[in-house]
Amino acid sequence: MTSRRGEPLLEVRGLCADYGAGPGAVHAVRDADLTLHRGEVLGLAGESGSGKSTFAYAITRLLRAPGIITAGDVRFHTASGQVADLLAANEAQLRVLRWSQISVVLQSAMNALNPVFTIGAQLTDVLEAHQPGMSKKAQRDRAAQLLTMVGITADRLGSYPHELSGGMRQRVMIAMALALEPDVVIMDEPTTALDVVTQREILEELAELRDRLGFAILFITHDLSLLIEIADSIAVMYAGRLVERATAAALFRAPRHPYSLGLLSSFPPLHGPRQHLTGIPGSPPDLRDLPQGCVFHPRCPYVMDRCRTDSPPLADLSGNGPPRQAACWLHDGQQEPPAPLALPWPAIGTAAVAAPMAAAGSAWTAAAQGTGPAAGPAGAGPAAGAGPAEAAAVASHTAVASHTEAGHTGETTHTDKNGQAGAAPSLRSTS
Amino acid sequence: MTQSPAALPVTGTPLLEARGVTKHFVVHQSLRARRRGRARLAAARRAGQQPQDSRQVVHALENVSISLPAAQVTAVVGESGSGKSTLARVLARLTPPTAGEVLLGGTPVPPTGKERREYARQVQLVLQDPFSSLNPVHDVAYHLSRPLKIHGTGTGATLDESVSNLLERVALTPADLFARKYPHELSGGQRQRVAIARALAVNPKVLLADEPVSMLDVSIRLGLLNLLADLREREGIAVLYITHDIASARYLADTTVVMYAGQVVESGPASDITDRPEHPYTKLLLSAAPDPERAAPPVLAARGSPPSLVSPPSGCRFHPRCPHAMAVCASTAPEPITVRPGHTSACWLHASGLTAAQSRPLTTAATGNGQHPDPVPAATDPGEETR
Repeated sequence: MTSRRGEPLLEVRGLCADYGAGPGAVHAVRDADLTLHRGEVLGLAGESGSGKSTFAYAITRLLRAPGIITAGDVRFHTASGQVADLLAANEAQLRVLRWSQISVVLQSAMNALNPVFTIGAQLTDVLEAHQPGMSKKAQRDRAAQLLTMVGITADRLGSYPHELSGGMRQRVMIAMALALEPDVVIMDEPTTALDVVTQREILEELAELRDRLGFAILFITHDLSLLIEIADSIAVMYAGRLVERATAAALFRAPRHPYSLGLLSSFPPLHGPRQHLTGIPGSPPDLRDLPQGCVFHPRCPYVMDRCRTDSPPLADLSGNGPPRQAACWLHDGQQEPPAPLALPWPAIGTAAVAAPMAAAGSAWTAAAQGTGPAAGPAGAGPAAGAGPAEAAAVASHTAVASHTEAGHTGETTHTDKNGQAGAAPSLRSTS
Repeated sequence: MTQSPAALPVTGTPLLEARGVTKHFVVHQSLRARRRGRARLAAARRAGQQPQDSRQVVHALENVSISLPAAQVTAVVGESGSGKSTLARVLARLTPPTAGEVLLGGTPVPPTGKERREYARQVQLVLQDPFSSLNPVHDVAYHLSRPLKIHGTGTGATLDESVSNLLERVALTPADLFARKYPHELSGGQRQRVAIARALAVNPKVLLADEPVSMLDVSIRLGLLNLLADLREREGIAVLYITHDIASARYLADTTVVMYAGQVVESGPASDITDRPEHPYTKLLLSAAPDPERAAPPVLAARGSPPSLVSPPSGCRFHPRCPHAMAVCASTAPEPITVRPGHTSACWLHASGLTAAQSRPLTTAATGNGQHPDPVPAATDPGEETR
């Protein structure tokens, strides 16, 4: 799926970015390798402090002091076939590329827009700076066209940012980012501050614009459940490192890294029986004082001796399937990886693939009870204390409905802790 | 418009109850507009007419009834501006309702005095942002001992012990270590646990949690939700869980109440609300919620943004966005109708016996984006317009 729309566009190799220098430096991004392909939506998921925004600022050279790029290589393939080294480029060279080829949509649209200028003035400002030959009228027409494109009527050109709602401001930001028809749009949590309905409307528009204009998106968010829906492929970051990279469907159905698995089981589902979830015990590490070995090992339920001493590389696990990588010693071939991290993908034939969360249930619960502050009795979830009608709806065992890879045939499988599978009628409404 | 008794959950006795609560906030006016308004009032009085208050109000809550039974989690779900937080503040009596009453254990809440303090002991509020709700210059022990001292439940000798017990109740162990920490030394999840422990210090019967997890990282949200579930089960506390995330309401709550533009539009058992939604607004929320299981791109059940609460739409407040809007929706607000035991939905679609004229479809519904009057500037200072 990654190479569906063609060649690499933005290649990042071994990128490291720190805040500050010396022994007190915060290692915000460590050894990040990532490739964005033409026309692709690449999701970058991670918690706050995982380095995902620093990554975006570093590759666009927008990182401000005390942030410094300490190592790495960022190559941008321009439409004319040239390769630009973004980390070596000087300000003049960057100025040519920025906005016209690579644009950024920032998280907080209220702060990103200038409150004392109308949005029309801010839109034409971009055009004036990058296309100096354009007449005033042409600029205004283009600005009106951009606004219409993102679903705002052109008569709003004279409005000030405070006269627009949050969703409209974010749309203006997207219109500005697309003003010069760039090849790459980097979006840093573009919908986080918005309501779900507005968020969905903007995502729909974005998908439609992407299909029409063909730009690639690097979509940064902490909401993995949203990324799975909208992204082609997903990279998961933890404590400054990329821990897993796979296509969206593969990551959802068959994660390989324990952190991805933990994130997936942190989102309460909208369907199926209500079951007790535990999230990930503990909290993210201090970036000034990272744990030895694998950064995730203090929170990992599958931790081995090796994880405490050696840091795992991002290893290729593609096999015969689509390209995917994970940084975990469980997959080094020395041992059989635990069942929830070894689910087959792509699934063979029409055989049902159990969603990994069900199989993982016992492991996560055990781990959480041992170490986490969040531990609760397994299975003692919403059932206790509820009325009889509810208790019936809540499964007492860890079971989950899952879908066949072949698609949405309505076939579902129950998998209990013992791994016994059997056909069951669909629990999922097809609304 | 009163909520029918069937809207109340079938199990448990309501500990805290709001009956027909309405809350209006007067919109800020310019000095000139205020003077003009006063002059008009005086003129009306002189003329012997009933003076009409011309001040604009934000209709933040309109006739909301909700009951919180012991040992149950009641979730309130809605977009920002739907009145969820106002409801929590009215229930905590941080702000008095314009109309309607709040009953604790069947008795109305006294406005002031000792009884008011007793009310605060029984009903506690946890705020959304743990980064601003703790005082950065005091340690955790101070935060937890303050309520004990104020309410006289902890004295010198047992104070340290009470603080340790509280920290253990919210799973912050070793308690001695956490008691000496300052807010900046704690992660967001730990801070929110301290905020919950502070609310628990006075052994409340009701805990009002206003978006307790939305500021936190996804991997630690579940820990807090499980803590709330634990408090419900172990200690029988009635929990009001306010959220915009309908999936987490389904996970945690026994009953879910869906609010739109200051009104309750649907309420019922939490899993029933998400599995079999009845009100078009609930369907819209569900169609917009992220769902990795979704096979095809979602089709939004409606568009547009919430209305201005200064001049809310006539009839059903959802009708300008509703894809099923009928003539009756624009003129008359629907009553809550019981669709299943314990599940009510305030929508004319469930009503029987509508005339042909009443059920004629409205064609203005569900128009495109950005075409709607924008609620934000209107709510911030409509006084400007009347100048």
